[in-house]
Amino acid sequence: MLRLEGLSKLTGAERYADDMPLCDFLWGMTVRSQSPRGRIVDIRFDPSVDWSQFTIVTHRDIPGCNEVYLIEKDQPILAATHTRHIHEAVVLLAHPDRQALRRAVGKVKVIVDELPPVFDPRAPLAPEQLQHGTENVFKALEIRKGDAAAALTAAPVVVEGEYATGAQEHVYIEPNAMIAWTDEAGVICVRGSLQCPYYVLNALKHAFAREADGVRVIQTPTGGGFGGKEDYPSIIAVHAALLAHKSGKQVKIIYDRDEDMAATTKRHPSIVRHRTGVTKDGLLLAQDIDIIMDGGAYVTLSPVVLSRGLIHAAGPYSCANVHVRGRAVLTNCIPHGAFRGFGAPQTHFANERHMDRIAAHLGMSPVELRRRNLLKKGQTTSTGQVIRDGVDRCELLDAALDAARYDARRQRHAEFNRAHPYLRRGMGVATFHHGAGFTGSGEDYLASKLAVAARSDGRVEVRSASTEMGQGTLTVFTTIAAEALDIPADRVVVANPDTHLVPNSGPTVASRTAMVVGHLIERACDDMAGQLGAARGLSSAPRGGAFLAALDAWGRENPGRELVGRAQYKKPEYVQWYDKTYQGDAYATFSWGAYVAEVEVDLRTFSTRVTDFVAVQDIGRVLNDTLAAGQVTGGVVQAIGWALMEECVWERGAMKNNQLTNYIIPTSFDVPEINVKFIQSPYAHGGGGAKGVGELPMDGPGPAILNAVADATGADPCELPLTPERLMRLIPSGDAP
Amino acid sequence: MKVACPTTLAEAISHKALGFTPVAGATDLWAHWPVRTANHDLSYVDLSGLHELRGIAWSAEHLTLGALTTYWDTMQDSRVNAEFPLLIAAARYVGAIQIQSRGTWAGNIANGSPAADGVPALMALDARVRLVGSNGERTVPLDRFYTGYRATVMGVDELITAILVPRRTYSFTAFEKVGPRRAQAITKVGFAVAHSADGWRVVANSMAATVRRCPSLEAILNASHPNPPAEPDLRAAASKDLAPISDIRSTAEYRTEVFARLLRSTLATMTARP
Repeated sequence: MLRLEGLSKLTGAERYADDMPLCDFLWGMTVRSQSPRGRIVDIRFDPSVDWSQFTIVTHRDIPGCNEVYLIEKDQPILAATHTRHIHEAVVLLAHPDRQALRRAVGKVKVIVDELPPVFDPRAPLAPEQLQHGTENVFKALEIRKGDAAAALTAAPVVVEGEYATGAQEHVYIEPNAMIAWTDEAGVICVRGSLQCPYYVLNALKHAFAREADGVRVIQTPTGGGFGGKEDYPSIIAVHAALLAHKSGKQVKIIYDRDEDMAATTKRHPSIVRHRTGVTKDGLLLAQDIDIIMDGGAYVTLSPVVLSRGLIHAAGPYSCANVHVRGRAVLTNCIPHGAFRGFGAPQTHFANERHMDRIAAHLGMSPVELRRRNLLKKGQTTSTGQVIRDGVDRCELLDAALDAARYDARRQRHAEFNRAHPYLRRGMGVATFHHGAGFTGSGEDYLASKLAVAARSDGRVEVRSASTEMGQGTLTVFTTIAAEALDIPADRVVVANPDTHLVPNSGPTVASRTAMVVGHLIERACDDMAGQLGAARGLSSAPRGGAFLAALDAWGRENPGRELVGRAQYKKPEYVQWYDKTYQGDAYATFSWGAYVAEVEVDLRTFSTRVTDFVAVQDIGRVLNDTLAAGQVTGGVVQAIGWALMEECVWERGAMKNNQLTNYIIPTSFDVPEINVKFIQSPYAHGGGGAKGVGELPMDGPGPAILNAVADATGADPCELPLTPERLMRLIPSGDAP
Repeated sequence: MKVACPTTLAEAISHKALGFTPVAGATDLWAHWPVRTANHDLSYVDLSGLHELRGIAWSAEHLTLGALTTYWDTMQDSRVNAEFPLLIAAARYVGAIQIQSRGTWAGNIANGSPAADGVPALMALDARVRLVGSNGERTVPLDRFYTGYRATVMGVDELITAILVPRRTYSFTAFEKVGPRRAQAITKVGFAVAHSADGWRVVANSMAATVRRCPSLEAILNASHPNPPAEPDLRAAASKDLAPISDIRSTAEYRTEVFARLLRSTLATMTARP
């Protein structure tokens, strides 16, 4: 099935938030802190500006709580007494003329009495740097399986390593954008570019002290999210709504690229230490893993990012003794937030580089080391989760090695590297997994709801809060509903997410949409078909032609009415999770991947080019070949950027290279042919048999590419991004070509 | 914002003298236009109506590039391709086609960026810059055009009207650009090298406050010709000629090391030829 909104995106007909025709509206912009930490002592408005022409909002204009509604409510909507990072929002301005507004923003000065900031998550704290709890720790978590300490002491071989990853900017094509107004009924409405309509709704309720019927959130076509529009739109939506509320007009906030890159969330930087006990023939005996994630200035989503990072840290391997500790800590940097992979890419990078280091230590092939330890059906992960389903991990690995012609190519590379004056070729492997859906009891807490309505016009409407942001929700939901009812896809419509019209099917995150919400579509379709069958006096719930005939007959008799089928999330029977001990089924299921990268390193410039890439994965059943392959290809490209070039340059906790000229993402010229293969194994509790696909491809490429660089050069790179400047320091100068 | 759209050079010069910023392809202005509000307060003189600044001309001694000549114009010109492959190599590395088709060689010179890609190629070919001001015309060698970071010898009333490239027989030319990705990126380390009967030219970009000729390197290359100099001599000469910095895009150490490695490797390709 072709992507439903593909043509309108291709032709430019799609209307994004900034394209929406508005009349008599104001532009909104944000005055931000220029200090990483301090007490706000004054806000000075330059008298050369006629401020009566502007709508001005400060924290005093917030009707409800000055708190961003998230896990903890420590982040203000507008800084009131203190600022904790550069670019923190302090004052909002609105004006009909965008240029006048841009100038005016520079004419407001936030005067701050500076306090000592923290920029290094590992540096020892002085008492005056304390800003959260007793240690500036947002969240500390631990996983224990067996006795890792004893097993390490007894292990014949212990290999250690420390690995670090940098922040990453999402670079969605459409910057953050939000429009707010108050409707005739006094309801505060926003529409904009967002992933999670009900997150935004909750944020508005909290900030305006209103019930759900006093606020409304509508999604506009969204030009990419990658997690960057998971939590941050709540802030912009409240900002726009505050300006609209005060001015009585429609207000539109569209971030410029520079502002978006400077002020919004990034991927959490991480430092991961491994101590691993192995037998001489490469069996894992003990994994001791210590994780630090830089959370930035406020808690935001750090606890759950840390949690996912921890759970994936030991990799897709069987090991009897595992001890993982993790902390998300405060720094006076912009808050780090959700980004495709959500903590797992960081810990997979560390673990997969470490596997290669163990292999090197043992003199064993990295492929063989993996093959000996990959989880088999019936074995358990670090949290004790029994692996019940999915394609055998070694089968995936073998398929990837075959597709990459791994052995033959490595032989050729050895000859090439001996002969060539300055180019070095190498190959690297990564095997990994990604849990689909919310972690632990998360899906239970969400208790997502979905509705499917049989309408009297003969069509079936899927109503959910799950958003299309380029990843294919519309198309995949249509497919699932059409398959569930055995009707043509053109009889199915997917409602635009609008909190007045659709139930809360949860946020569009965590690779949960096709699997978790898709399964709700099937159950709601069952419910609705049952009702239709009963209404028509049929002996069973109709499907296919019988369903359409029944619906047409019912529709003629009930014009303007609809039959609504409903479903609410129910965890699969086997899923048990114990939050206190961090044991059990961390996810209902995992997707699995085996990736092989080939690189060419130029010893003149220390630049690394990915020359070939194979991505083999098990994502359950593939619902749409093109979209699934697109997800994988896009994820690999985004991960190539993270691995080799995307570096946030920080200065006092603020991104200094917040321009696309200096924050370098891959172009098509930097990306090789990406060979994507799926080995399918339908998952019983996923929509259409699907598991998650969105995040998985972000996990594997980083370590596969750096493993390939290690193979090519003999260097031992342990930090992302592996820019040429970093690689230069790892290659002895004697290797000069 | 004020924009003057003169149709004669004299008018354009009078605007320039009043402090108007000359604009040809506007590629430097446009990239950051929405957010650099300070630029909105400046006055601009649009040179695109000055037909006398257009065109590529040949004489016995020179290739003359009118000041409005874009990279694309030269890339599309078969004669320039045949005689000055160094210019084409540089042009292909500038931005993407959109920039190549609007950006001008003269704009690249006047803008004064130390990372300019067009300037090293022109400088390695001993190009000269024709300036016209209220007191008449003069021609300045490009290698004496810059006086410091984004500072030039141009008078307040002067405009670049043409670039003159001497026609010589070159035994070797090479252009190298190292950016943070393979295309559409600002140069971290770059150089142009040329050898003719007039000797060696080595010009580096992103290696000092200006695009800069490297007299020490040229001297040791001339001395050892036709053999390449020894690597330690190459590195010592480069350190005399260049003063790279660490900035948002790279480090001084990287620039120093990669310049030396790439130059050595480039010179090796010449000597490897029969």
